Amino acid sequence: MPQKINIVCVTGTREKLQMAAMIASVGAAVGYDVTVFLSMNALQYFVKGFTEDAPSEGELGRLLSQEGVPPFKQLFQQAVELGDAKLLPCSMALDLMKITKAELDSEVGPPTGLTRFLSDAEDCQMFTF
Amino acid sequence: MSDCMIIDARDTYCPGPLMELITYMKQANVGDILELLSTDEGSGADVPEWVDKVGHEILSNEKIDGVWHIKIRKAK
Repeated sequence: MPQKINIVCVTGTREKLQMAAMIASVGAAVGYDVTVFLSMNALQYFVKGFTEDAPSEGELGRLLSQEGVPPFKQLFQQAVELGDAKLLPCSMALDLMKITKAELDSEVGPPTGLTRFLSDAEDCQMFTF
Repeated sequence: MSDCMIIDARDTYCPGPLMELITYMKQANVGDILELLSTDEGSGADVPEWVDKVGHEILSNEKIDGVWHIKIRKAK
């Protein structure tokens, strides 16, 4: 059974989303079973038609906007397409935002509650951004 | 596809070159040879790490004029 990596994305800043996306894409490419739980301010970037740039926390975030840096959305998408990663939206955040799964990008999976996520995440590596 | 296929990922940052390689690797046939060109410094160590981990074969790995040339044979 492949090893599992769980990534919790809650912060909506560029550096954190980029780092989470890098771990998700490389982890999935290496063969880890990757799950990304999207909640709080990170979830809005996965709403269809949302085009606002994620704000930088500092200089590195500004450097990330230069040409040649793969955008985090593209890396998450590659994690799903090339490595079967799962992107799971937090059901509580969807409720608060008053949106449904249909309004999220197609690569995002089924709304997931914490109980389910925690039980799936037992005994595996967990990264929080 | 019998010749070596060149994947030009110069001027992209980590993990761009690796992801580009994997995209083409998925479409390639077993036995095909792919050569990745990368200016990302970490590629010289990181790409062979991935190749070993997933079980393909590194044929050569050298840096020429600031560009990593990594030749890989798809093994499975």
